[in-house]
Amino acid sequence: MSAPGSPEDWLRVTANGLYCEPGDFFIDPRWPVDRAVITHGHGDHARAGHRRVLATPGTVAIMRHRHPGDATSYQPLPYGEALSLEGVDVKLVPAGHILGSAQVVIDYRGQRVVVSGDYKRRADLTCPPFEPQQCDIFITEATFGLPVFRHPPDVDEIEKLLQSLMLFPERAHLVGVYALGKCQRVIALLRRQGYEAPIFMHGALFGLCGVYQAQGVPLGALQPIGGVAKTELAGKIVLAPPGAQNEVWARRLPDPRTASASGWMRVRQRAKASGIELPLVISDHADWDELVATIDEVKPGELWVTHGAEEALLYQASRMGVTARALSLVGYEDEE
Amino acid sequence: MERFAALLDGLIFTPARNGKLTLIKEYFRSAPDPDRGWALAAMTGELAFREVKPSQIRALVLERIDETLFDLSYDFVGDLAETVSLIWRSPAAAAESPPRLKDIVEKLHAATRVDAPARLAGWLDALDATGRWALLKLVTGGLRVGVSARLAKTALAEWAAVPLDDIETVWHGVAPPYRELFQWLEGRAPRPTIAGQPTFTPIMLAQPLDDADLDKLDATGYRAEWKWDGVRVQLVARGDQRRLYSRSGDDIGTAFPELVAAMPAGVVLDGELLVMRDGEVASFNDLQQRLNRKVASPKTMAEFPAWVRLYDLLESGGQDLRALTFDERRARLENWYAARQPAMMDLSPLLPFQTWHELKELRAGARGRGIEGIMLKRADSAYVSGRPRGPWFKWKRDALTLDTVLMYAQRGHGKRSSFYSDYTFGVWRGDELVPVGKAYFGFTDDELRRLDRWVREHTTERFGPVRAVTPELVLEIAFDSIHRSTRHKSGVAMRFPRIHRIRWDKPASEADHIDNVERLIS
Ligand SMILES: [Zn+2]
Ligand SMILES: [Zn+2]
Repeated sequence: MSAPGSPEDWLRVTANGLYCEPGDFFIDPRWPVDRAVITHGHGDHARAGHRRVLATPGTVAIMRHRHPGDATSYQPLPYGEALSLEGVDVKLVPAGHILGSAQVVIDYRGQRVVVSGDYKRRADLTCPPFEPQQCDIFITEATFGLPVFRHPPDVDEIEKLLQSLMLFPERAHLVGVYALGKCQRVIALLRRQGYEAPIFMHGALFGLCGVYQAQGVPLGALQPIGGVAKTELAGKIVLAPPGAQNEVWARRLPDPRTASASGWMRVRQRAKASGIELPLVISDHADWDELVATIDEVKPGELWVTHGAEEALLYQASRMGVTARALSLVGYEDEE
Repeated sequence: MERFAALLDGLIFTPARNGKLTLIKEYFRSAPDPDRGWALAAMTGELAFREVKPSQIRALVLERIDETLFDLSYDFVGDLAETVSLIWRSPAAAAESPPRLKDIVEKLHAATRVDAPARLAGWLDALDATGRWALLKLVTGGLRVGVSARLAKTALAEWAAVPLDDIETVWHGVAPPYRELFQWLEGRAPRPTIAGQPTFTPIMLAQPLDDADLDKLDATGYRAEWKWDGVRVQLVARGDQRRLYSRSGDDIGTAFPELVAAMPAGVVLDGELLVMRDGEVASFNDLQQRLNRKVASPKTMAEFPAWVRLYDLLESGGQDLRALTFDERRARLENWYAARQPAMMDLSPLLPFQTWHELKELRAGARGRGIEGIMLKRADSAYVSGRPRGPWFKWKRDALTLDTVLMYAQRGHGKRSSFYSDYTFGVWRGDELVPVGKAYFGFTDDELRRLDRWVREHTTERFGPVRAVTPELVLEIAFDSIHRSTRHKSGVAMRFPRIHRIRWDKPASEADHIDNVERLIS
């Protein structure tokens, strides 16, 4: 399958992230470049200041919202459409991580590399599911690359929240969510479980919810807490960025019961250390089983691991007979 | 088991007492018998397993998962039960349905060290991750979900809408899984009989009294005795059974075996537990040395000799005396004491006085060791459990105070979790501050808001939920007494420290020096 030479000759790991030499583009670079291909809109992947950006229409909408003053020229590329950059074929394929998230499929001289970006394999009401692509080199994340990470079904976790509302009707339920992705997924899950009441939100969350709604993701009635009597927030769901429970803002809530929606909530000691009362294991990253199943499915000649708990995943790949190496890319956070 | 697991999981994450109570009550409401009785036993520390060792659990998991992957995971998680519960892979079709708590208790009690691991593996297969975690915590004896026996009993009382005292009264007469207790609480059976059982009788407590209240009371109708600075206890000897209970009904007999052995049969006594040397009451700190140990060695018993100073007689020769007047009970106590002359006990003497003025002078002169204040008991008062209004008063010695400097503030829990509400304060040693204590009450809500703002604006360093602040704010701390302590960095420990006044006006340089603290040590 592999032609003379190897993809390592044309796809290099640099201090500024992955660089495709013949196509002259970076993928998710840390500092401004002439041409960037962006996997998805999270801050550690979609940074400001690039001259030209190639990304899905969803990611472009998110980036325009987040970097309004930028002079960047955006080139939206819908899922599945191929484009040639200086003779290198590039295609964006759903990654199932958040709205607009994509794997970058690069074909050059008969070889295929897939840069998965962040991804998950579970269904998500706010974005299309991950599409596995067989390839020579699969570049994966490993945020939850330990076998203790197995995310439970997300509806079970949302039910835990709804049960708690009944058990503690006198307390506001303050749920910590990342503004991009997790926030909208939790709202969509609540709606899907029949929660029709207005969902109250910290002011920092409205902008991106607007982007999702404009992209056709229904979220129902969303309301700020300003001007709402404290007593009216009892037994209600209030979403806020992580950590907001420790801010002065939280004093407007009646005896808040603090929840957090994150894959890290799977480990009790960690959840407890962060002062959370109601941990909700809802993740936008692949868990261990999904990481392993994906390697099995895409059958890469080689596996490259970008960031996360890579040691266990490299060991597991070797048990599966797959050559694997750690790229140890810096600058990515485990935004969960 | 899933319900019990969800309860433990909820409790571990819920810091506030009320939240914990809500969760436990919901469990008692929804769980079947005898599972809820076993759960109650687990929470009150009356259910213990010794059949499974951590090394056996590790061996079980390594039969199912690669050792390198397990070690990397354990390294990350840091807790064996949690790692195993998360990493465990159940077979696609579990052979058994999830066990009930009662199955686990019954079968594990019947199991031997040899067949226990196989049983455990079957249950681990059948449970989900939370169920596995709770099971492993249960069988290795490490529940630690922040629930005391008293909190569990309080939840039971609130759920059944009966006074906590009723639960305490029958508690030592019932045993896990407490079927008859739950049947009684649900009105399906009579109250469990406790006749002949060495059960605890909830004690009678006194109302605090201010000097100003005194003149409204008739001095001739009251008896007075010293309020001794020890620990209130109840001695119960019925039939051939003897118990020493703390004021909350915990059996503390194993820590004071010599007292239990010396108890004459056929009485229930109320008294103060003290450490006594040559007829002198030793410091509360000495008593703490005994209370801190679950079991007393001969050396500890010799070094910190225990003693009970008797206040009251509740039962004698099978006769309940609680309805008698204080004077009648006191006469019987004195007769009983004269006839038996029990070892390691004496009577708390009545203080002679005609007027409140005389008593005030007695109180003012009482700077001796071991005296916390004065108890006033109405001569005609029956012994009533709880804290009834009127019959008994405690009239404490004036509190001691120190001017200290705020050093650290920590975020509180529950309603206070967005406030810095726990304060560590210190006094000067040279030009350096040494922490001498911690207080988290004694201020109003408005003061809390102001303190919180002050802390946020004067932060110099952060460590997790704790902030260090610039040493500029003087807190006047009131406390009942201060003792030497090797467990605290400063070498001293306060009893009941609370914020008396916030001295926004006072420069920190005028706060107290460690020498002043030393002088107050009792
Ligand atoms: Zn991401
Ligand atoms: Zn990322």
